[in-house]
Amino acid sequence: MGSLFRSEEMTLCQLFLQSEAAYACVSELGELGLVQFRDLNPDVNAFQRKFVNEVRRCDEMERKLRYLEKEIKKDGIPMLDTGENPEAPQPREMIDLEATFEKLENELREVNQNAEALKRNFLELTELKHILRKTQVFFEEAEHGGVVSQMADPSREEEQVTLLGEEGLRAGGQALKLGFVAGVILRERIPAFERMLWRACRGNVFLRQAEIESPLEDPSSSDQVYKSVFIIFFQGDQLKTRVKKICEGFRATLYPCPEAPADRRQMAMGVTTRIEDLNTVLGQTQDHRHRVLVAAAKNIKNWFVKVRKIKAIYHTLNLFNLDVTQKCLIAECWVPVLDIETIQLALRRGTERSGSSVPPILNRMQTFEDPPTYNRTNKFTKGFQALIDAYGVASYREMNPAPYTIITFPFLFAVMFGDSGHGLLMFLFAGWMVLKEKPLAAQKSDNEIWNIFFAGRYIVFLMGLFSIYTGLIYNDVFSKSLNIFGSYWSSNYNISTLQHSSVLQLNPNSTDFNQTPYPFGMDPVWQLAENKIIFFNSYKMKISIIIGIIHMLFGVSVGLWNYLYFKKIENIFALFIPQVIFLVFLFLYMVILMFIKWVKYGPASDIKYSSYCAPSVLITFINMILFKDTPQVKGCDEWMYAGQGVLQKLLVIIALLCVPWMLIVKPVMIMRSNKRQHYQLNNHGTENGDVEGAPGAAAANPPAPQGGHGEEEEEMSEVWIHQGIHTIEYVLGSVSHTASYLRLWALSLAHAQLSEVLWDMVLRRGLAQEGYVGGIILWAAFAVWAVLTVGILVLMEGLSAFLHTLRLHWVEFQSKFYTGLGYSFTPFSFEIILDTAQATTED
Amino acid sequence: MSASPVAVLVFTILWGVVGIVLPFLVPKGPNRGILQAILILTAATCWLFWLCCYMAQMNPLIGPKLENTTLLLIAREWGKEVTS
Repeated sequence: MGSLFRSEEMTLCQLFLQSEAAYACVSELGELGLVQFRDLNPDVNAFQRKFVNEVRRCDEMERKLRYLEKEIKKDGIPMLDTGENPEAPQPREMIDLEATFEKLENELREVNQNAEALKRNFLELTELKHILRKTQVFFEEAEHGGVVSQMADPSREEEQVTLLGEEGLRAGGQALKLGFVAGVILRERIPAFERMLWRACRGNVFLRQAEIESPLEDPSSSDQVYKSVFIIFFQGDQLKTRVKKICEGFRATLYPCPEAPADRRQMAMGVTTRIEDLNTVLGQTQDHRHRVLVAAAKNIKNWFVKVRKIKAIYHTLNLFNLDVTQKCLIAECWVPVLDIETIQLALRRGTERSGSSVPPILNRMQTFEDPPTYNRTNKFTKGFQALIDAYGVASYREMNPAPYTIITFPFLFAVMFGDSGHGLLMFLFAGWMVLKEKPLAAQKSDNEIWNIFFAGRYIVFLMGLFSIYTGLIYNDVFSKSLNIFGSYWSSNYNISTLQHSSVLQLNPNSTDFNQTPYPFGMDPVWQLAENKIIFFNSYKMKISIIIGIIHMLFGVSVGLWNYLYFKKIENIFALFIPQVIFLVFLFLYMVILMFIKWVKYGPASDIKYSSYCAPSVLITFINMILFKDTPQVKGCDEWMYAGQGVLQKLLVIIALLCVPWMLIVKPVMIMRSNKRQHYQLNNHGTENGDVEGAPGAAAANPPAPQGGHGEEEEEMSEVWIHQGIHTIEYVLGSVSHTASYLRLWALSLAHAQLSEVLWDMVLRRGLAQEGYVGGIILWAAFAVWAVLTVGILVLMEGLSAFLHTLRLHWVEFQSKFYTGLGYSFTPFSFEIILDTAQATTED
Repeated sequence: MSASPVAVLVFTILWGVVGIVLPFLVPKGPNRGILQAILILTAATCWLFWLCCYMAQMNPLIGPKLENTTLLLIAREWGKEVTS
């Protein structure tokens, strides 16, 4: 059957599984995805369950895989996703998998460690190389004319010069023996470093620095960093320790640097050869790592699936109860009644696979618990069901509004969005998504907005389709009309009249009007008319109310099926009938009045039925409720038809009588049925007492009914309050919900006006230009118009119309019959588990 | 007070076929019920929408108010010459 009208019939089942077959059976059920297991050990700590060890092993495997995946991603190796779905491996294969992952992880860690050590080494050597190269320049400068005198170079910083000069003088003019340290520091630390040195050493050191042009790789974080070489000259040990401390503080690395040029040269050569050696070793290490990762990348998705399946199976097995004999596992699960056979087949397959001889047993159980709500959806109905579930999951076996929503939702949307052009854009976009469904779904984008659109592609598709239809009825295509059948209005004014008045009204009561309406939709003449809005408002307000009342009546009648299904016949008399009468006698009557007005009043020669006398339906309706007479203009009839006044009074009185009917009948019925039960109970009790004749029994009996009495009174007051709220909600709701449907008119008007303004203000200006400059202006105007059309009229207006439609369904329609207190069926399914796991890792 | 029987019949029959005849022709299958509901509701909503629009124009209480330039253009484009 699988129909969407009600949720699936569910049953609670008990499942006995042989210990050795349990794993295979649960695996088969996971592939099937039709069984929701219940936790039979809710009070057992997660760490004390039977298969906690296996789950932990799976966690460990998953961690290793994630590590592998991270490394693969770091190297930018493409991961092969064949989309294949391997079966959950046998439990004994778990050890193999574990061994494989362990080996891979260790190998990778070792390689990484080696690589890091090598890289650190490499970095040190490179830095040393740079130091040797850069300091060469400093030393050469220094050697030119002795350190001290050279410092007198006027172009150098003067403080340095004088300070060192002074010191030189104090030392008695001898050539100074200066110590130095050389090192490398992060470039951005240089200014602070320099300032610190200056302050701490009171200007008694001399710092030279040079930038290393090429960035160096930091081995621990593998970031590219820029560094600078520096050399600090100073005098004395005290300064030396101080300088070294500062260097340490700034994380500068110091390198030994020989003073003699020959040593330096030799060292530089040594360093270069060592760097070359290191490079080859590093290359080999990287190659090895790459090979390992490429091999792993081929299988990693597959492994992920396997490990996640094993984990899910053990996790599920943890929910089971162990039989006393330990031979057998007991599970309780919710199962759709229609699928019991499929499930039994899957269980048999599982038993065969495990080689066990004892078949599993599936028993149906009786329960008073509410079963979960399971709606079997397909890719088309899924989006609509999601709209309903977003409000609340249906109670078990309650009428599901989703099948009706499939049409009413796009229809109400289109009433607000009515424009064929915009509808066509929407239709084409959704049509593309529907056609390219498979490749688009395979892409698995993590763009949230796109995913929302894609999930609702069928909704958007139908919304577009219906908008095209309503747009044709409104005769609105990008705010212009189509003249398919030729307007049924024509002008009979002669040239002089036309010359003398700027605005002229066509007379419907003459040959200006064909006397029959335009066959399909609005006459195109209205789009050009100055008084278009007056005409459209009256029309659109009326259809909003007509559609709204019919929609609400439909909602109330869906409630009837609920009462019939749940065998609550008393609700039909206590609720359904008065509700329908109330709605029909007051509101549907107003709709009928509208139709009467459309039929009776018009360009008639009889003044009673001309536009001069046409009564306002709204005023008539309000006066009907208030029992007031409408003051009439002379020559007009107050009533649209004979006997209207009497009928209306009758309708209002009956409708008002429905209010106490709704309020009182149900609680009274409950009270009476309670009393009847009571009576039987009491009779029963005394009989028992008589028969037994024991004084103890007679003494024990009386308190029980009394206790029950108190409870019932409380219950009854609750019933009264509940019914009162329900009645008030319904009565007030009928009024406010009817008014609420006027949003159909308001949004449709706003949409039409906005699109007209956009055309007039933008595209029309472009179209009015002439010559080839006009072409360019038109091009620009069209661009602006197109962008605004898509951005504002289709996207934003579409969104707002969507939200209003959603509200009309959730509040105005569903409040009439839908409780939505269920909880949804969450089957144990590998598909769902894998999808969510993938989604969370991608986040 | 006038409706063209042709237009009323054409659209009523059109939507009648969609909403009453087609539901019987839906192939048997798990989605039969849904498809029937879709067809019936589509026909009902679309027919109602068309009907309201038609009836609203059946007896217009006002005529369109047009600018004289528009009227002249209408006369030229929609093929009814202006009399002098």
